[in-house]
Amino acid sequence: MHAAKGRPSEAAERPGYPERFVPALLDPGRPTPALVAGPNGKAADKRFNVYRNNVTVSLIEALAAAFPATMRITGEAFFRAMARFHIRETPPTSPLPFEYGRDFPDFIERYEYAQSMPWLADVARIERAWLDAYHAADAAVLPPHALASVRPADLAGIIFEPHPATRIIRSAYPAVTVFSANRGDGPVGRIEVAAAESALITRPALEVEVRSLQPGSDVFLSSLLGGEPFGNAAVTGKTCCPEFDLAAAVAVTLEAGAFAAIRHGG
Amino acid sequence: MPEVASHTDRAQQGTLRFPAHPIDGLAGTSFKHQHLPSILADEERRGGFFEVHAENYMGAGGPPHAALTRIREDYPVSLHGVCMSIGGPQPLDKDHLGRFAALVQRYEPALVSEHLAWSTHDTTYYNDLLPLPYTEASLRRVAEHIDEVQEAIGRPLLLENPSTYVVFKESTMSETAFIREIVKRTGCGLLLDINNVFVSATNQGFSALDYLSDYPLGRVAEIHLAGHAEQEDDEGDLLLIDSHDGPVADAVWKLFDIVIGWRGPVPTLIEWDSAIPEWSVLKREARAAQTILDRHAAVPRQEKLHACG
Amino acid sequence: MSTRSSISAAMLASAVATAMSSLAIAAPLSEAEVKAAMDAGKEKCYGVALKGQNDCAAGPGTTCQATSTVDYQGNAWKFVDGGTCTTMELPGGRKGSPEPLSRDIPS
Repeated sequence: MHAAKGRPSEAAERPGYPERFVPALLDPGRPTPALVAGPNGKAADKRFNVYRNNVTVSLIEALAAAFPATMRITGEAFFRAMARFHIRETPPTSPLPFEYGRDFPDFIERYEYAQSMPWLADVARIERAWLDAYHAADAAVLPPHALASVRPADLAGIIFEPHPATRIIRSAYPAVTVFSANRGDGPVGRIEVAAAESALITRPALEVEVRSLQPGSDVFLSSLLGGEPFGNAAVTGKTCCPEFDLAAAVAVTLEAGAFAAIRHGG
Repeated sequence: MPEVASHTDRAQQGTLRFPAHPIDGLAGTSFKHQHLPSILADEERRGGFFEVHAENYMGAGGPPHAALTRIREDYPVSLHGVCMSIGGPQPLDKDHLGRFAALVQRYEPALVSEHLAWSTHDTTYYNDLLPLPYTEASLRRVAEHIDEVQEAIGRPLLLENPSTYVVFKESTMSETAFIREIVKRTGCGLLLDINNVFVSATNQGFSALDYLSDYPLGRVAEIHLAGHAEQEDDEGDLLLIDSHDGPVADAVWKLFDIVIGWRGPVPTLIEWDSAIPEWSVLKREARAAQTILDRHAAVPRQEKLHACG
Repeated sequence: MSTRSSISAAMLASAVATAMSSLAIAAPLSEAEVKAAMDAGKEKCYGVALKGQNDCAAGPGTTCQATSTVDYQGNAWKFVDGGTCTTMELPGGRKGSPEPLSRDIPS
């Protein structure tokens, strides 16, 4: 235990200004910390409020940027209030802007005033997955012909390696339809879908793509993403949903670029 | 005194993946992705550089890296960190430092900078540039942190002066004295944000020119210019907010002119991060800065040094 | 285990063949094509002109947005009409319209 360069021990000398500065940052009920002041004997309340405001507003803006469809659905004032509650309950722990908001969909699910929009949390989950896909590692997608060249006898054992961007969000609501209708700026009217929808989120090149998956396809794809061989995943899809269309599921998977490669299982 | 922000060492080592675009004497702008089509379509393509916030490129891949790579091929880039929390007493986040160093490696930026501020306490990240008291204890911490960053990135870091709204009762030295001592202890370079100087001077009731006269201008390797907003303090006096959401104020242009007159041309950035205008507006601001830089570049060096001394 | 083997190799192969024929296969862009497309100014190729990017705005210097919007206080929750939830109708009685409430929540 040598003290490098004669550096004093960590606890002994660490200045304590953050401890005294931060409690009031996210709590407007607390007084301005006594360690700060205005110049020449001036008050520091409005001055300290600049920092309070910066922290809260910048984090609300961060959530608003990451969840634009969610905000469009609720309206801005509702969204900002909801975001503010979340920020106070769960401030960020990472300095990376795109890491924030992972807990926001669960918060929305619990949020008292969002209970009349039970699909809202799932829309937010799709948006969070969208952001993850956006920043995911670059990788080439599986070329469709790769699958065509596998011998029929070997197909059942094929393992699909997920593309880094690929995500599936399963929902009991028409979450993909609501997401799609609200993500852009176009008019939103009556939505004709009542069925549960699962979202497949991929980024085959530089653009994030969101697709609705047919019943069974979501189970099939989740199974493949979980490392199950092709044959098992097909059976899982069929078992879950009698209307499962394997050919359509494979087509969507290839078209979306959900996988990076295939390999022959052991 | 070692040259700050030098790019030539790596060029000589032959490790470059990007062209070594010179940045000396250029005016640049914040790089906003929505401007990329306009930037690439811009026929002039004259000079200029782009600055990016490092944290936006700490994801694994995707459009941010594609866009920055594309820009870096044609322009010099300045990498500006905003979340290192150098001004906090707790140890630097090693993962974050690693990510920052990896970006320096990957993009070979002409300039690399961070802030004299903190944003993380314990495990909470506050997403703002928070102020610190200027004491011997905080000085020692900041110097250690800068040493650590410079070690990790293998080159001098440019440290940016903050915009402040409060003073700490425990401070024992002025901001300029603090910064001079940091430079002396770490050999770091400086990013002089002239808007921040003006904002802090107004808010704290000191003279911006006095501040600049006391500032180690010889170590300045980049300048920031930005717009600010106006509010009021508790006494109803003007309180300026460093908002980066509009054109550079006339007073800040004037200070810039004076500083460049003293110091000679330095790469200068128009910082615009909020309420982002069309590319043409940003470009026009940069052109205004370039005009001032060019005017002083024509003045013989001797005269400038004399003015500086 | 009979269900586990209910999909034969022939059925898998047939599904793959059907899938292939249903795909209008577009080869992924080569690096040169991507660059050319970007230079041509096609926003689509950057994927950067979209909503939802969540950039670090001004960074902690994010001091920014803060200026025009003063929004740090508010323990009050207020529903303000304006979102699509008030106009969007979902079938099955899931018409999305939050109750217009307005009351203070104790902090």
